[in-house]
Amino acid sequence: MYDLIVIGGGPAGLAAAQAAYEEGLRKILVVERDGELGGILNQCIHNGFGLHYFKEELTGPEYALRFIRMVEKTRIEFKTDTMVLDVQPDCTVSMISKEEGYQVCEARSIVLAMGCRERARGAIVLPGARLAGIFTAGTAQRYVNIEGHMVGHRVVILGSGDIGLIMARRMTLEGAKVLACVEIMPYSGGLTRNIVQCLHDNDIPLYLSHTIVDIKGKNRVEQVTVAKVDDFKKPVTGTEFTIDCDTLLLSVGLIPENELTRKAGIPVDERTRGAYVFDNMETLTPGIFACGNVLHVHDLVDYVTLEGQRAGRAAAVYVKGDQKTENLRMMTLKAGKEVTYTVPQYIRVSGSADESAPVFFRVGRGILKGAVVVQAEDEKIATFNREHMSPGEMERVALPMKLLSRARVAEISVSVEDTSELLK
Amino acid sequence: MKEIICIVCPNGCHLITDGADRIEGYKCERGLDYAKAEMTNPTRVLTSTIRVVGGIHRRCSVKTDRPISKVLLMEAMERVNSLEVAAPVECGHVLIKNIMGTEANLVTTREVAGI
Ligand SMILES: Cc1cc2nc3c(=O)[nH]c(=O)nc-3n(C[C@H](O)[C@H](O)[C@H](O)COP(=O)(O)OP(=O)(O)OC[C@H]3O[C@@H](n4cnc5c(N)ncnc54)[C@H](O)[C@@H]3O)c2cc1C
Ligand code: SF4
Repeated sequence: MYDLIVIGGGPAGLAAAQAAYEEGLRKILVVERDGELGGILNQCIHNGFGLHYFKEELTGPEYALRFIRMVEKTRIEFKTDTMVLDVQPDCTVSMISKEEGYQVCEARSIVLAMGCRERARGAIVLPGARLAGIFTAGTAQRYVNIEGHMVGHRVVILGSGDIGLIMARRMTLEGAKVLACVEIMPYSGGLTRNIVQCLHDNDIPLYLSHTIVDIKGKNRVEQVTVAKVDDFKKPVTGTEFTIDCDTLLLSVGLIPENELTRKAGIPVDERTRGAYVFDNMETLTPGIFACGNVLHVHDLVDYVTLEGQRAGRAAAVYVKGDQKTENLRMMTLKAGKEVTYTVPQYIRVSGSADESAPVFFRVGRGILKGAVVVQAEDEKIATFNREHMSPGEMERVALPMKLLSRARVAEISVSVEDTSELLK
Repeated sequence: MKEIICIVCPNGCHLITDGADRIEGYKCERGLDYAKAEMTNPTRVLTSTIRVVGGIHRRCSVKTDRPISKVLLMEAMERVNSLEVAAPVECGHVLIKNIMGTEANLVTTREVAGI
C-alpha cells in the first residue's frame, strides 16, 4: 500500500511528490508513461522558465532537471515507460508497462498530474484536403527538438498559442521560412513576450481575425487560402488570399487529459476541462488531488510547480489524518463579469490568520487597466488592481482567509471591472 | 514616443520611451536595462539543439549562457549546426567558449544518456 501515487512525472507531478515527501510521506510512487521524467518541458528548449520560482531564466529541460535532481535524492519510487490505465475512487491505480506487465497498486491518496494534449485538426473542423505536412505545433516541436527531423521549409501557422509562436522562431532559426501566423480571434492566444520574441523579431506577419478556409495539394500541402472573419467568426467572402507553403502547424489550444478523471467519476468543470477542486487542490472525491495542466491550462511552469506543491502537501495532510475539513465552512467561487473561470472553484474557509487561498482565473477579453473585485453578495471584500490582462495570460490573486471568514455567505464572486474605460 | 514590450520575464510590461532618457512603465530594474539595450544593441539568448551520437536521443538542447547580439544569431546557428557530441552528455557542458567573439559560451541544457 502506497501513501501516495502521483500520475504523471512532469513539473506538476514532481513538485507534488517532493512536497509530500518533505511533509513526511515515505511510500510515494510516481508513474510516468514516457521514458524519462520532466514532461513537456523536455521538448521546450527555449528559455523563459523559472523566473518567478528560481529568479533566473532557465530553459525547459534545465527547469525539469532541477526537480528531477531533487526527487532523485529522496526515496520516492519511479516507474517510467508505465501508463496508468485506470483510477478508482478508492485510490486503486491500474497500470501497464513492457517490463512489469499489468499491475494494480493501492494507495491512500492520489495526485492527478497528467498534463494536457494539443487540440488536433478534428477538434476545430478544418476544411480542405487530408494531406501530409499538417502537424500540431507540439508534435513538430518534438520532431525538431528531440528526434532531430526537420518538418518543412515554407511554414504557415494556424493559431497563435504559445507553442505555435515558439515553433515560428524555432523553424526560422533552422532555416525555414515562416510565412504567416493566422489567428481567428481578434487577439493572440499566446504570451506577449512570445509575440515579440518569435514573430516581431523575425518579421512574421500575424493575421488577427483571420482563418484558413482551404488547403490544397497533391500528397503534401502546397497552398492554403486565408480569409478574414467577421464578428461571428464566419469567413468574409472577397477577403481570401493564398499562401504557397509545404507545412501547416496547428497551435489551436490545449485540452487537459482527463479521461482517467472522468472514468473515475470525479466531477469535471466544463469550463476548465479539469476537475473541480478545493483550495487545497483536492477534487470532489476525497483523497484525490489534481494540479498542473491537467487541472487547467497554465502558461507559466512556475505556477504549475506551486500548484503541485500545494497538492502534495495537502495529500500528506490527508494521509496523516490531519485534515479537519468537517468543521470548515465551504464557499463557492463564482466567475463573475469578464472572468471565464476560477481555480479553485471551492474554498474551505479556515480561521488561521496567516493563510490565504491562491485563486487563478482568466479574463474573456483584453483589458488594459482593470480592478479584480471579490464580492460577497453586494459587498466588495477585496479589490486588486491589474494592468494588461488578456485571455492568453492567467491571472492570480491571493485571498486571505481572514477576509473570507468575515463574509458570512456561501458564495463569493470574482469579477473584473474595466477601469481603463472609466479613464477616458 | 515608442513602445517597447519588455520580454525579460513573462509579465511582458509595456514600456514607453521618447527614444532618449525617458523610459517609463517598467516594474523592475531588469526592465529598464532591457529597454536601454533594446534601443542600442538588442540581444537574445540563442537556444537550439545539436547532434548526439550513441545517445538515447538524437539531439541535445543547447543555449548561449548569456544573450548575444541579435544580428549574430543566424551566424551562430551555423556554428551550432556544425557541432556533434558523443553520449553520455552532461547538462551545462561548455561546447564553445566565447561564441562569435562574444562573452557568451554555448552550453548544453540537458543530459543525454548513452545507449
Ligand atoms: C510548447 C510549450 C511552451 C511553453 N513555454 C513556457 C514558457 O516559456 N515559460 C513557462 O513558464 N511555461 C511554459 N510552458 C508551460 C509549462 O511547460 C507547462 O505548463 C508545464 O510543463 C505543465 O506541467 P504538467 O506537469 O502539468 O504537465 P506535463 O509537463 O505535460 O506532464 C504531464 C506528464 O504526465 C504524463 N502522463 C499523462 N498521462 C499519463 C498516464 N495515463 N500514465 C502515466 N503518465 C501519464 C505525461 O507523459 C507527462 O510526462 C510551455 C508549455 C508548452 C507545451
Ligand atoms: S519590467 Fe520587470 S517585471 Fe516587467 S516584464 Fe520586464 S522584467 Fe518583467
